[in-house]
Amino acid sequence: MDFEKFHREESGRILSTLIRLLGDFDLAEEMLQEAYAVALQKWPSEGTPANPRSWLISTARYKAIDRLRREQSFERKAEQLAKTSQAAAQPETEIEEEMVADDRLRLIFTCCHPSLPLEARVALTLRTVCGITTEEISRAFLIPVATMAQRLVRAKGKIREAGIPYRVPPQEELRDRLDGVLLVVYLIFNEGYLASSGDALIRRELCAEAIRLGRVLCGLIPGQAEALALLGLMLLHDSRRDARVSADGDLVLLEEQDRSQWHAEEIREGTEIVESALRRGASGMYALQAAIAALHANAKTAGGTDWAQIAALYDLLARAYPSPVIEVNRAVAVAMARSVEEGLALLDEIEKREELEEFHLLPAAQADLLRRLGRKEEAAVAYRRALPLATNDIERRFLRRRLGEIEIQN
Amino acid sequence: MQYLLLIYRSEAEMAKIPPAELNAMYAEYGKFTQEITDSGNYVGGNPLKPTTTATTVRVRDSKRVVTDGPFAETKEQLGGYYLIEAKDLDQAISIAARIPGARVGSIEVRPIMSRGQAVQA
Repeated sequence: MDFEKFHREESGRILSTLIRLLGDFDLAEEMLQEAYAVALQKWPSEGTPANPRSWLISTARYKAIDRLRREQSFERKAEQLAKTSQAAAQPETEIEEEMVADDRLRLIFTCCHPSLPLEARVALTLRTVCGITTEEISRAFLIPVATMAQRLVRAKGKIREAGIPYRVPPQEELRDRLDGVLLVVYLIFNEGYLASSGDALIRRELCAEAIRLGRVLCGLIPGQAEALALLGLMLLHDSRRDARVSADGDLVLLEEQDRSQWHAEEIREGTEIVESALRRGASGMYALQAAIAALHANAKTAGGTDWAQIAALYDLLARAYPSPVIEVNRAVAVAMARSVEEGLALLDEIEKREELEEFHLLPAAQADLLRRLGRKEEAAVAYRRALPLATNDIERRFLRRRLGEIEIQN
Repeated sequence: MQYLLLIYRSEAEMAKIPPAELNAMYAEYGKFTQEITDSGNYVGGNPLKPTTTATTVRVRDSKRVVTDGPFAETKEQLGGYYLIEAKDLDQAISIAARIPGARVGSIEVRPIMSRGQAVQA
């Protein structure tokens, strides 16, 4: 058996059940590690047990009881021991598929509890639900390992000390709480997809984990339109992953991407999911973005894209979720749908409001539209303004290349 | 677990509320207190007189320093509290959300440290 793969795919599930049984995040994590160590020793010679998951769960449970019995501060642990013994005494058959699924959902809701800081929710979900190591998370977010470890310790401390429950919220709270969970999944995906820098492999992993979480949520709480919209959105974005960056690691704009490199199966699935989300009445941030992504993904060529529809969707987005970044996207869509001049005028208006001064996005968009109009000198000025604001190498290289092209033509 | 629900609201805003509305609010508080007493969540609670009546005491180098006013100048001031028994933070949050003052001010939910319990923050 592929132990690595098993570990990655099953850790989250096993851990979630152990946390419920033992009532303690840290103890559950440590005991699972010990159970894995035993498995690594035994399985190769004695063969993999019929149900490796419940084997690991019961091994970890017994290890926990041993540990608690050995502990000197018996009094403090007495209550926990009682709980753990009770858990260990449960018949094996109770660890059933459905229960494990419920445990995962409980764990997701606990890790995404609104009383935890947002960044801690993201980190804790990746660490506990997805089983990504603290080192990997810190590399993905460009944060020192010690800082990330501290963040996780604090979050687990708050869960314990403030009495954050380990459960799926009741029906009347589910909608609100699910929104919070979706936001965490969305942030994990974006960190992987848009991340300003960091390890490419780990970022790829973040996207895959976010999609997996999206699938778990849609599978375990069926019929939630916004959750479906988010899953569809992620699949559609992810379908372009191989075409977004060239062999040399350069950023390739949507209109210049080799569409044959897009993953057709993901586009088909993503589009279907988005359509079903819209049929169920999804109309939030994810649904609108997903509808835009679906139009892009299903266009045969950049020119054949339904830009008018995309501009209209950005219009809805900008009205429901006012943000200068969305307005920049809207202006670009207007430039494609109606006229470049009209798009440029919208960008100039955004610039007057001076809200986006620290981001390269606005001057880069202005530069691109000026370039399309053949106003090369103005375009060059805008590219030069965008360059120092770009936050990652791929973007900087892209802007420099464009600037170089214009300068040669002059 | 026990939680302290600290009710913060702006005294300046409170002063603007007409007496009839204020009375309605007190009546609402009475009803809420009765409800959480009946449900077994109520442990204690009191409204506080305004911060104009507050005194702050510090002892430095064995010397008592007494100053006028609250410990910190903030936009919203502590105006009362409930001490409740709740099964977890979610229940405490649900109860806090039902406090009439939550609609105009903010409720801070703080778990009570049980005796002998050391907390790593």
